[in-house]
Amino acid sequence: MTHILLRDLDIPDIWQFDTYVANGGYEGLKKAVQEHSPQEVIQIVLESNLRGRGGAGFPAGRKWSFIPQDAPIKYVTVNADESEPGTFKDRQLLEKNPHQVIEGAMIAAYAIQAAGVYIYCRGEFWDLAHALEERIEEARQANLVGENVLGSGWTCDVYVHLGAGAYICGEESALLNSLQGLLGQPRVRPPFPAQIGGGLYYQPTVVNNVETLANVPWILVNGADEYKKIGTPQSPGPKIFCMSGHVAKPGNYELPLGITFRELIFEHAGGIRDGKELKAILPSGASGPVLVATDEVLDTPLTYEDVAALGSTLGSASIILMDEDTDMVWAAAKMTHFFKHESCGKCTPCREGTYWLDRIYERLLRGEGTQHDLDMLHVVPKQMAPVTLCALGEFAANPVLSTVTQFPEEYERYIQRSDAPHPEMADAMSTVTRGTTGEVPEAVAEGGA
Amino acid sequence: MLADKYADRIEEIFAKYPDKRSGIMDLLYLAQEEYGWLSEDALREVAALCDVDPTQAQSIAGFYTMFSEKPKGKYWLQVCTDLPCALRGADQFYRELCEYLGVEDGGTTGDGLFTVEQVMCLAACDRAPMLQCNFHYYENLDMETIKALIEQWRARALEEVPEPGE
Repeated sequence: MTHILLRDLDIPDIWQFDTYVANGGYEGLKKAVQEHSPQEVIQIVLESNLRGRGGAGFPAGRKWSFIPQDAPIKYVTVNADESEPGTFKDRQLLEKNPHQVIEGAMIAAYAIQAAGVYIYCRGEFWDLAHALEERIEEARQANLVGENVLGSGWTCDVYVHLGAGAYICGEESALLNSLQGLLGQPRVRPPFPAQIGGGLYYQPTVVNNVETLANVPWILVNGADEYKKIGTPQSPGPKIFCMSGHVAKPGNYELPLGITFRELIFEHAGGIRDGKELKAILPSGASGPVLVATDEVLDTPLTYEDVAALGSTLGSASIILMDEDTDMVWAAAKMTHFFKHESCGKCTPCREGTYWLDRIYERLLRGEGTQHDLDMLHVVPKQMAPVTLCALGEFAANPVLSTVTQFPEEYERYIQRSDAPHPEMADAMSTVTRGTTGEVPEAVAEGGA
Repeated sequence: MLADKYADRIEEIFAKYPDKRSGIMDLLYLAQEEYGWLSEDALREVAALCDVDPTQAQSIAGFYTMFSEKPKGKYWLQVCTDLPCALRGADQFYRELCEYLGVEDGGTTGDGLFTVEQVMCLAACDRAPMLQCNFHYYENLDMETIKALIEQWRARALEEVPEPGE
């Protein structure tokens, strides 16, 4: 198969400017700028029904169409803060096929007539970000970025901004704050980023994921109709599936949306490591509900709508597999600890709720958990999830609720035992625990019972 | 002072943004590179460059895991032990690494060369166990490869002759 996104698998040195151009690179941007009005470009991407690849699946063309055309200053921000456990696709794109991301971002910028593009890279992409600046300079030298792009009279430069290690900055409004040198915490919306007052420097802003933008040049060159021939009507196009955990061949797989879990796992990714049985699947990293690997689940097509119908979410398609020996309480503790660490602290229900959940798991791992603790694992997430400014509260609730309801016997065994199943991990959890006593207050406990 | 020593770099940083405040993260990195960690003096210096209060620089420094308000070892090792990495043996790898260096979780070796910490997902789940050393990735590790790396780093540190007066 010829790749549309992970083109480095077909052409290893596609990261080089000359190689990229020799293989059709920047033709999409040229076509956009020289043959189409900005409105037409938005229309093409709308018709393609390209959906956001960062997790939410929101149609990219609609996002672009929300930008008020008469606003004097507009921005495009590329979300390269890839931090969801199990996700490592944007990194491969930026490292191995960077010009395609730059080109996609410039097409988006042309469509909304942006004054600038900021690529927000997570800080850990230190080496990658510095290499990316060199790639941008190559595009600038070729008049594809910067002043008077391709002689069109439109000027737009591209900058790289480095984060410094905070999951929450992948949330678009927190990302904008972080870029502005403010604390990386989500904003109250409305106004939304596309609106005046809601975006970068409070100007209308499009925030797109790296992979979303990497789709755009192909759409411009080949047209929306060709694009819709890939995937399913509601979830068109190719998707990068990040395979990790107990999979035999971990890595990124670019395949059309709509292939089933079974095909992806067993035909492409080599099945389960060491010939074990598959027990559970996290289809969207730590943030989506865990699925028990039944035949029904395995035969489900990987689309936004079908995975949602199973009660989970496709998200960024970071698929973590867990084999028959996986301790689901331990797995939920790992994810809970992650969200507790990454809660930004702005909304009380998430800040306190993730902390209480973390303490409950710490007790369970020490063999000190009680029936009351198990009850609280049903109560706290439900009270926390719907009342936070951003989705982190809901993300943190998902691994807890989906394991406590689907694997109740594993939790029961934890509170029945007198030994400590994972004392080292419990110690590690408590070393970073600080603040209040960590007990769920009675009002919360009773309110949800 | 950063302003004198790195005038060009600072100018480049500010040129990217419409306001000075947006340069604060780049400048905190610069200060950390120069001084090894972000002391109160370093935070004050960065705050002055960006026209913000020192407390605001401090809140930014404290918010992110890649800024350190404490001195670290010359080699700052951050091992990802999140779920996908843990499913591939990262917890055991981390324990053995701590044992090999003779430090507790989050500790620094007596010679000040190595600090070892657990860190949240680094987007390299398919190549676990992995770690970040001074912001560079080392992937598909086992104890044999990391021991060889550590000995290389140790040897390099011993070879370095301190500057006069240091």
